[in-house]
Amino acid sequence: MTNQIAQYRAFGPRSGWLTRRLVLSVVLLGVPALQIPAYAAEPIKIGHVAALSGASAQSGEAITRGLALAIDEINAKGGLLGGRKLELIQRDDESSPPKGIVAARELISKEKVVAIFGGIDTPVSLAITPLANKEKSIFMGVWAAGTGITRNGATPNYVFRVSAVDALVDIKLLDYAAKKFGSKKPGLMLINNPWGESNQKGLIDADTANAAVEIAGIEKFENNDVDMIPQLTRLKEKGADSIILVVNTPPGAQVMKSRERMGWTVPVVSHWGISGGRFPELAGPTAGDAHFVQTYSFFGKLSPAGERVLAALKAKYPAIKGPEDIFAPVGTANAYDAVHLVALAITEAGDTDAEKVRVALEGLKTPFEGLIKTYKQPFSADNHDALGPDDYVMVRYDGNKIVPTQ
Amino acid sequence: MLISSALISGLGIGSMYGLLALGFHITYAVSRTVNFAQGSTMMLGAVLCFSGWVTLALPLPLAVILALAGSALWSVIVERVAVRPFVRTGSQSWLMATVALGIVLDNLVLFGFGKDPRGMPPGTLTTSFITIAGIKVQLLQIIIPIVGLALAAALHLVAQRTRYGRAMLATVQNPSAARLMGIDVGTITTAAFAISGLLAGVAGILVAPLFTISSTMGTLFGIKAFAVAILGGITSAWGVVLAGLIYGVAEALITALLGSTYTQIVSFALVILVLAVLPNGLFGRAEARKV
Repeated sequence: MTNQIAQYRAFGPRSGWLTRRLVLSVVLLGVPALQIPAYAAEPIKIGHVAALSGASAQSGEAITRGLALAIDEINAKGGLLGGRKLELIQRDDESSPPKGIVAARELISKEKVVAIFGGIDTPVSLAITPLANKEKSIFMGVWAAGTGITRNGATPNYVFRVSAVDALVDIKLLDYAAKKFGSKKPGLMLINNPWGESNQKGLIDADTANAAVEIAGIEKFENNDVDMIPQLTRLKEKGADSIILVVNTPPGAQVMKSRERMGWTVPVVSHWGISGGRFPELAGPTAGDAHFVQTYSFFGKLSPAGERVLAALKAKYPAIKGPEDIFAPVGTANAYDAVHLVALAITEAGDTDAEKVRVALEGLKTPFEGLIKTYKQPFSADNHDALGPDDYVMVRYDGNKIVPTQ
Repeated sequence: MLISSALISGLGIGSMYGLLALGFHITYAVSRTVNFAQGSTMMLGAVLCFSGWVTLALPLPLAVILALAGSALWSVIVERVAVRPFVRTGSQSWLMATVALGIVLDNLVLFGFGKDPRGMPPGTLTTSFITIAGIKVQLLQIIIPIVGLALAAALHLVAQRTRYGRAMLATVQNPSAARLMGIDVGTITTAAFAISGLLAGVAGILVAPLFTISSTMGTLFGIKAFAVAILGGITSAWGVVLAGLIYGVAEALITALLGSTYTQIVSFALVILVLAVLPNGLFGRAEARKV
């Protein structure tokens, strides 16, 4: 620093004010460096690339809460590998795949994180997947459900997920529409992006396998569309008796508003993208008509892990008074369980080396009693998805609360 | 059914394009300048109305008045800060300056209002329906085009019949002569920008219940409105309003017939096509350039 100051002095007397300012800022910048205490052991860095701003900001915040809670628990018990604490490093992808790639690359090469946790957007996760496999870095999905994220064809595959999988959700959605609402001809309303495509394929496959339903029609729409009445009208004219919805919150709300304006009252069965923001506020009075899939609900009788996490959430985030105040609960639940699974793998591997952690994840020995379920060997070499259809629950909004429908 | 419902929503959105485009028209007519960030002013109207009504729990009429006043005031600030200094020196940089000021506003709102898109609470206008030719139509969707056309008509009457309007027209024809006749050209320009902001504010408040409210809601809307202004022939008040309706209906029909993937491509391509054939827009007149 002395050298730097000497250099700045060389600006000469005329830029005296400038020199003083520069010296001051250099000194101020240096202060935090002096305050960093000496760690007993080097922290283990965990990355998180997700939508922390924009329309899906709530999803990013929900995931952050789950990650933070699990990290707090692990650190309170003394960390991993003989006292190494976990440290969370977050980057905002603004729901944009290019920004997600830049952030992931930086976390891998500069921050040397052990694992990156993903966000709500399938397009972003699909963009990070090849990077993670190329750089041999663990990428753990905790929300985005695109089938191709984990089933990406790479061997070895460094991408894991504790979340729903489109292909399995799609089976569930058609089955639910048929059994709950007696729907025979569901109409598909899909967002026009890779996530919508992933589900289009999944729903068509699910339709082929399900004798009770026959897809009436497939309609797509853009993120910024205000009016979805044309698409809905086409489905109505084709005789659709339910709507299968695959979309994130703001355009999903526009679909509900368009349906309301048409005065069409068919049941809506939705993938969970609509739970990533203020859906009840944006969709208005008919928000509760949409039944959607979740991996976890904080309502009803909770497991011991559920009670513990709910108490911890209330303590850490005073705005949370009960389950109804937990927005986007799947983000929190999936992230919480995923961090613990990665931590277990690090412990079993005895190392933070990504290759060893990957092998440990694929053959986890210790069962883990998580929020969503008790995980017994959740992953294998062939299966990188910890959750299946039996772990899904169907819910709807009642006011701002998410309540189970089954 | 498909076509008729497309027509109704197209007329609604189209009249909002018309209102914004009318804002472009009025400042262009008086001062040969426009606020390129009209979309941001529209967003400001929606955000202020939401903040007043929902966040501060003010009565709705008061929130609307405050939002309109805010939009008009902002437009006046744009004129003073980003337009007048450049026009005075004969520079065209106001073009970039208004765009820049719009981006500044978008970001200020992002910080102040937050990143989360918000939704207007349901009200009588959005929960009441009337049936036209067998189609259920939201009351608001009827009111939007009525307000749009009424404002255009009011503006027309003010310009033709009142002293103030005549002063405006005089300024349009010859600023120097108008100044000699004792007309305060500066005040007229300020007024034109205020009206332009007011129109954008009205558009913002009216579309807010159809849209989600966020700092970026006006960007694409503003660009489309400018396309509409050019399409209608920016010198004609009725022209820009009609062009707005045509553009809105065209957009809705393209969405209904081809799917929304093609809306942007086809509608902007149509604008280019029209301008290639009619360089002064659908309803504009060629200006005689004095050399």
